[in-house]
Amino acid sequence: MSKTVPVVIAALVGFLMIFAYFVPPLLSWRQTAEEWFTIVATIAMLLGGANLCVHHLQKISDRDAGWGFSAVTLAAFAITVGVGLLKVGVVPESAKHLDHAWSGQFQQEGGAFWWIYQYLFSPVVATMFALLAFYVASAAFRAFRAKNLEAMLLLVTALIVLVGQTKDREITSLFLPTPSDGSLPWMPIADLTEFIRKTFVTAGQRAIMIGVALGVVATSLRILLGLDRSYLGGDE
Amino acid sequence: MTPTLLDKLNSLDRRWIFLAMAFAVALPILLEIGSDETPSLPTKKLFDRIEELPAGSRILMAIDYDPNSAAELAPMSLAFTRHCCLRRHKIYFVTLWGTALPMIDVTIKEVVQAEFGSGDKPFRYGEDYVNLGYLPGEVVAISQLSSDIRKARSQDVRGASLDSLPVMKDVVSAQDMQLIVNASGGFPGAKEWVQYASTPHKIPLAAGCTGVQSTQMFPYYPDQLLGLVTGIRGANEYESMLGAKYPQFAVMSKRPASRRGGPQRWAHRLMIALIVLGNGIHLANRYRRGTP
Amino acid sequence: MTRETTIWTALFVCGAAFLAVRAATSERGVGQQFVVPVEVVGLYDAEKKEIVPHEINPTATYGDELRRSVRYDSALRGSPKVVFSLSRSIGVWVGALLTLCVFSYLYKDNVGYKLAESIIVGVSAGYWMVLSFWEVMVAKVLVKLSPDVARYAFLPDTPADAKADMWYLVPVVLGCLVFCRWVPKIAWLGRWPLAFVVGTTAGLKLILFLDADFVSQIRSTILPLIAFTTDATTKVRAFDWKQSVQNIVLVAGVLSSLTYFYFSVEHKGLVGRVSRAGVWVLMITFGASFALTVMGRITLLTMRLQFLFDDWLGLVRM
Repeated sequence: MSKTVPVVIAALVGFLMIFAYFVPPLLSWRQTAEEWFTIVATIAMLLGGANLCVHHLQKISDRDAGWGFSAVTLAAFAITVGVGLLKVGVVPESAKHLDHAWSGQFQQEGGAFWWIYQYLFSPVVATMFALLAFYVASAAFRAFRAKNLEAMLLLVTALIVLVGQTKDREITSLFLPTPSDGSLPWMPIADLTEFIRKTFVTAGQRAIMIGVALGVVATSLRILLGLDRSYLGGDE
Repeated sequence: MTPTLLDKLNSLDRRWIFLAMAFAVALPILLEIGSDETPSLPTKKLFDRIEELPAGSRILMAIDYDPNSAAELAPMSLAFTRHCCLRRHKIYFVTLWGTALPMIDVTIKEVVQAEFGSGDKPFRYGEDYVNLGYLPGEVVAISQLSSDIRKARSQDVRGASLDSLPVMKDVVSAQDMQLIVNASGGFPGAKEWVQYASTPHKIPLAAGCTGVQSTQMFPYYPDQLLGLVTGIRGANEYESMLGAKYPQFAVMSKRPASRRGGPQRWAHRLMIALIVLGNGIHLANRYRRGTP
Repeated sequence: MTRETTIWTALFVCGAAFLAVRAATSERGVGQQFVVPVEVVGLYDAEKKEIVPHEINPTATYGDELRRSVRYDSALRGSPKVVFSLSRSIGVWVGALLTLCVFSYLYKDNVGYKLAESIIVGVSAGYWMVLSFWEVMVAKVLVKLSPDVARYAFLPDTPADAKADMWYLVPVVLGCLVFCRWVPKIAWLGRWPLAFVVGTTAGLKLILFLDADFVSQIRSTILPLIAFTTDATTKVRAFDWKQSVQNIVLVAGVLSSLTYFYFSVEHKGLVGRVSRAGVWVLMITFGASFALTVMGRITLLTMRLQFLFDDWLGLVRM
């Protein structure tokens, strides 16, 4: 029973999504299911936020290693939620709404929530991803070695495409004569990069895509038919 | 025994490589070295489509990126928006990413309002463009948008009912758009727009994506994606084409991707040098060990 | 004092001195931000019972009927009516220092990096909570369940004739069931919303992956191996060897890569050789993917350094 009802729910709504493509009168039901999906998924996300609070509160109360950082996380969370829900610093944007103090957009420029996004969230997130540039350079030096034919192919392609992604791909035009008819000189690296993209990269990615599509179809069908119940978790 | 150069290179602290990368990027920025780009065909196809569409065409501008991919995609979305404004198309801004709302605000503020908000025929909110804001639900949001926009969202980002906006008149779904232009930083993004909007409903779609995502998008071009702008190089190409066609936008201050082209070039040269040096060390080690 | 500590101390002192000199001597200062006030003014019309936009007349006197609000938009130094913004200047400093804290991880893990990491975890989670509240709970749920409350409190443009739709209680209740997972006796109820979400996405994906990623991709691979094109000027149809080679390589590449992924047959003999060719195609694909990834990552670094050099230190003008 504890797993039968959810399997039936998944099957009903899943097959509704499928049949609505073939039976147009079902479109309105599908649209309703899609609206409900948005609301259900959002409330489920609130659980994630609550779990975060519980986890860090536990760390603080148990005085685990690094509990101070948990306190910082909780404080940042509480302040962000507080200023966002209260729309601190947000003002009405149009004259006819001046009597509605909370009518402005929550992410309005100049508000406290906008400040947090602009000067806390944005720089840290962007910088964390920027660190990858350094790691990719280190990996290129230490690990990217042509130990066999396959690695050599990968390496040579990477070198060609690395040159091909910047204006340096036109460097051969410095040595090769310009055609008399005024057309562009031959640029072998540029042409090779383009050829690699149109053929090998497209072919390889296409094969992966076809394989993934078949896998997704198989998995989706298994879920809808109730054969795969792993998403429901263990017995409780 | 004194360590040889090879021994030192074998045990090189990776922080020296980090420092080299930092210099390779920082110095061209400080010296303000930029670089333009020659347009490639996938980028040109999008440019030509926006040029050829008649004025007043409806363009759905899907801004699906956040600060961690803004470096590549913000210049793109500024250039796309600028081009659409120059061609007097109607622009419908939307995003599937909650953290992209400020990105749309910046695009509207820096391009639509700053460059086209005054003059003879200024761009007016609600008449020439609208910000539909964030559509929750990821792929389900695209599906909703493709059948009925008002099911996905009944008000714009300011809370105004969509039915009260002239620009939304006769617009029922994304199928009423002449083109969808997507700046995509990951999931949900260009791939999902192809799967859930463009392919089933035959809506013309073009995408700008990050370098990381671009290889996944190549198989869709040109049958399911009419144009593909790849990373900072693609953004640079688009800016170059825009500058060539509309000289007032050829200045470097309007071309953030071109300004990033210089550091990009030098960093790529460093990467190539590191790969070559790394493999040289590998071959030298093999020779020293006498391995056939 | 160890050598490392000495070097770091010297670097910090030099850095602080540079910032102090730069702040004192440069025209742009360090991290200075400016804003321009944007005023919204309205006059309450007692007859129509609404506020209408109004331009202030300096000679007129106003009573309670005047309403106004001010917000601040970013502006460049030297623009008309521009004022210095302390909060945004502090923000640029905070952003720059947090950026340096994250970069410090490249040297080694440290308290500064952990602090930045802790802040971002809290802020990210908080951002999504706020977004979910305003964009879904208010804009989608409250507007449907109680349009009058939504109009009065948050969304004054909600149509006056909007009717409450109580069916929207169903997804709200279904969504709230997810919190049952905290109560062991009724934790099984928490599976219902999960099943709804999984079922919806499974149903959508089944059809659309088949269409976009299977059928369409196969259709795109069916290409002429001997290609002819018509010259634009001479209108003569001729054999196009470049397109033919491209098509042959593409079709062969797709077939050989698919053969590699087909594990129901042992990869030996002809199948083994074709599969090996597929591996080579995939290696070329991954090589290109690596190079494009490098391009993307370097761009991210460029943008961060541009922020530090332009917005914070004012060394360049971007």
